[in-house]
Amino acid sequence: MTGAATLLAAETSTGEAVVFWVLAPLAVLAALGVVLTRKAVHSALLLAFTMICLAIFYITQDAPFLGVVQVVVYTGAIMMLFLFVLMLVGVDASDSLVETLRGQRVLGALAAIGFAVLLVFSLGQALTGDFVGLDRANANGNVEGVAGLLFDRYVLAFEVTGALLITAALGAMVLTHRERFEHRPTQRERAEQRVRSGYAAPLPGPGVYARHNAVDTLALLPDGTPAELSVSPKLRGPGMVRPTDPALPPGPRPGEPEPDYTSSQLGKGPTA
Amino acid sequence: MNPANYVYLSALLFTIGAAGVLLRRNAIVVFMCIELMLNATNLAFVAFARMNGNLDGQIIAFFVMVVAAAEVVIGLAIIVTIFRTRRSASVDDASLLKY
Repeated sequence: MTGAATLLAAETSTGEAVVFWVLAPLAVLAALGVVLTRKAVHSALLLAFTMICLAIFYITQDAPFLGVVQVVVYTGAIMMLFLFVLMLVGVDASDSLVETLRGQRVLGALAAIGFAVLLVFSLGQALTGDFVGLDRANANGNVEGVAGLLFDRYVLAFEVTGALLITAALGAMVLTHRERFEHRPTQRERAEQRVRSGYAAPLPGPGVYARHNAVDTLALLPDGTPAELSVSPKLRGPGMVRPTDPALPPGPRPGEPEPDYTSSQLGKGPTA
Repeated sequence: MNPANYVYLSALLFTIGAAGVLLRRNAIVVFMCIELMLNATNLAFVAFARMNGNLDGQIIAFFVMVVAAAEVVIGLAIIVTIFRTRRSASVDDASLLKY
């Protein structure tokens, strides 16, 4: 690293240094979080944070066009695509802790550290030459400069990327398209099946008579017992349904006398 | 601050991404780590463009972004297709070609 410091003798402004030293550790921490967090959703959000940090670095490095494209394309489009696929695949599809290959984690971490050392020291040897800066190239504005190159020298590559994007869109449609082989039930068949299932009426809504009316709260039947049907089967997994509120008075047990609903009790609300 | 620090940061981020590809087994997280590596190379391209005073590095970074977008679309479609047939997003489970 000392080689680079002497050979590449250039200093950026103090403001840029402050931005770098504040955001670079955050970006590295967020990148480590992408690798180390258990849940894939947390990884996705931390990766979006890293990408926003990189967008700010682009802007400080006289590349405002790329900074905006980074925010729009990466954090806007690609990361949202990731989140949608996570939603499809299941949010809690996290890694199991069992190592299938023995010693894979240790060896992988060692290889990564060795690679980092190799990369940093070889970069220290390679970063030579004068620091030029983009003042002359960006003289007419960064967007104009990029456009001039893109539509002149790189116009063929630009056209080819257009073809690539169309091919990718088509490929995604072909890959995710599913042919329906089975018979699709008509509305009449659905109605008949519903009547035959023994529960033709609409299912009870969640949270009726309970303390909350959120979708994860079981409704309470008139005798105080929770109604299992009131919460969607998708939400009935362990730990997903809010526990029934114990503060509510239970209904009359079998054998107990009916509570005294005389006029003196009415209008006072529940007495716990 | 030396502008070469951007390149060192990019090397660090690339290494973290590579370590993630080696260590994680959820296919989507592996894919995110690949995106991290692509972003790190983009940072290096932009830093080199500024050091050398021409915009070609920024153009290459732009093309990397376009190709990464296409790659994400196809890769996520493949992951969704595999998940539909095998009910798993772990890279260990897609081992049918081994036998």
